Amino acid sequence: MSRLSSTDIAPSTADAAEAAADAEAEALLERAGSALGEALVGSHISAGELWLRVDRESWADLAGWLRDEEGFTFFSFLSAIDWMPSPFGRDMDSTVDNELDPPEPKETPPTETGVSGGETRFQLLARVSDVATGRSVIAKADLPDGDLRAPSWVPVYPGADWHEREAWEMFGITFDGHPGLRHIYLPGEFEGHPLRKDYPLLARRVKPWPGLVDVELMPTEPDEAAGAEDGAE
Amino acid sequence: MTITERQQLSYIAAQAADARVNLEIETEGMTLNIGPQHPATHGTLRIVAKLDGEQVVAADPVMGYMHRGYEKLAEVRTYPQVTTLINRIDWLGSFANEVPFILAAERLMEVEAPPRAQWIRTILFELSRIANITLFLGDMAVQVGAITPVFFAFRDREHVLNQIEAATGGRFHPNFDRIGGLKDDLPAGWIAETRRAMRKIRNFCDEIEELVEGNEIFQARTRGIGVIPPDVGLSYGLSGANIRASGVDWDVRRDSPCGLVHDQVDWKVWTHPDGDSFARFWVRLQETREATKIVDQLLDGIPSGPIMAKVPVIIKVPAGEAYVETENPLGVMGYYVVSKGDLNPFRVKIRSASFSNVSITPWLLKGVYVPDIITILGSLYFILGDIDR
Repeated sequence: MSRLSSTDIAPSTADAAEAAADAEAEALLERAGSALGEALVGSHISAGELWLRVDRESWADLAGWLRDEEGFTFFSFLSAIDWMPSPFGRDMDSTVDNELDPPEPKETPPTETGVSGGETRFQLLARVSDVATGRSVIAKADLPDGDLRAPSWVPVYPGADWHEREAWEMFGITFDGHPGLRHIYLPGEFEGHPLRKDYPLLARRVKPWPGLVDVELMPTEPDEAAGAEDGAE
Repeated sequence: MTITERQQLSYIAAQAADARVNLEIETEGMTLNIGPQHPATHGTLRIVAKLDGEQVVAADPVMGYMHRGYEKLAEVRTYPQVTTLINRIDWLGSFANEVPFILAAERLMEVEAPPRAQWIRTILFELSRIANITLFLGDMAVQVGAITPVFFAFRDREHVLNQIEAATGGRFHPNFDRIGGLKDDLPAGWIAETRRAMRKIRNFCDEIEELVEGNEIFQARTRGIGVIPPDVGLSYGLSGANIRASGVDWDVRRDSPCGLVHDQVDWKVWTHPDGDSFARFWVRLQETREATKIVDQLLDGIPSGPIMAKVPVIIKVPAGEAYVETENPLGVMGYYVVSKGDLNPFRVKIRSASFSNVSITPWLLKGVYVPDIITILGSLYFILGDIDR
């Protein structure tokens, strides 16, 4: 098990129930290691929750194993994470804000991935539960940058259908074997993938930031016309 | 050559079978648009139903009319600002939306709210459940043609909303939960008034039981309609009362409690073995009663002490990932929060209950009759803000 990234459990803060849940997660991790073999590339345990990171080819096998062998029948959600740091900072603010409070030039920090590790920009994220025992597993898989494809979970969990449509629309990830990848929220002619970090949030650029309008300069002359109208009432 | 009646009937049957087979090229049948504006949709959901006579052959829900992009917006807001957004996800039980997000942030910060805050949080959590489900109980009768109960529902929901408003200042969007506790303590006289409101809600439940549950027409329209087997429901991610009505004894409040004090009081998880529209109505009716009991018991034992833990004024959440889910009025709601140690979350994935609950409709509506579409949608009970986020 040495190739697995280490787990960080804080025994001082974890109470007895949490320690038991962590022990159970450890046992499940061991079974995952023997069932998936080389496909399991990372893991993490904290607060009784188990993260499993597999390679992309085994993404659907992982779902099948979790449901059929381990009894994780409840499909919770499926989505993705874009680990690229946002290229936009304060420079995305509207012109009003920029004049009032000019931003400092921003340097892009290096890409860091979260728990259970990761090597690529896009990472799939899914969670399944076993309602009988209350256990759950968070699954992750790295997607190579040039080739955002993954096997679909729909044959195993039919509920993944809409979640994969959402991930396709928001991140541009194609799911092989999905019955019909089409837009779910956005209109059909929409271009771009809004939840990618390099997709600008235009509402931020065209409108003053609500937090900054408070420091807007007071108008030099009171608006008498409005006051007169109120008085005439 | 004379055609006997038997031949004629078999000819008609063959035609009907052909019509079903030929649906791909749409030689027969019709397409019916339900919505986007329809009382059964609680917002703007459109359902495109392909019909063969009165029977649905294929149903395709079209959503996105209310998509507000909260997952993207949360990335440019600080942690305390996010609660303002997520209040608007399930707008009938707003306070319950804030709780799992705050708990996820607290888990990352390793902060725990003081006991008094946890108790008041749980009380408000259950009050928003009552406010939410009360409306369902009246609304479900509207779906089968009875108008009166919904007026009772609006009347009695007001008592609960008044209590939420008295404590938080907001009737629909309290924005009251804070990382490390609550914004304010309870006002004077609130506990006695809440107890009175709970009595009124119990009376309302009795009224609904007499008016609706035993009604012959209501039973005929809901019993055996829209049956969901437990394994199918689970694989589609159904949660809350929808899955408990299929006999799955699972409630996050009891099975994986996290930050709320439901384990301190005596209450029961209701299930129903049938899995039909009636079962979903029945389970929700029992749950409302149970919620009033939870609130009553919690009111007895609110511990004294502070309502805020010690947290910095400017909240920076340490790097990490956490997922916390709670049993919200509509089902299991969770937030997957990714932090990089900044003022704002790096990514927030919102697992909303209605999105998964409604994803079963293409499977569930296949083969039902047109009037049953409405009762099935009504009994699944979704809020559009909870689907579109």
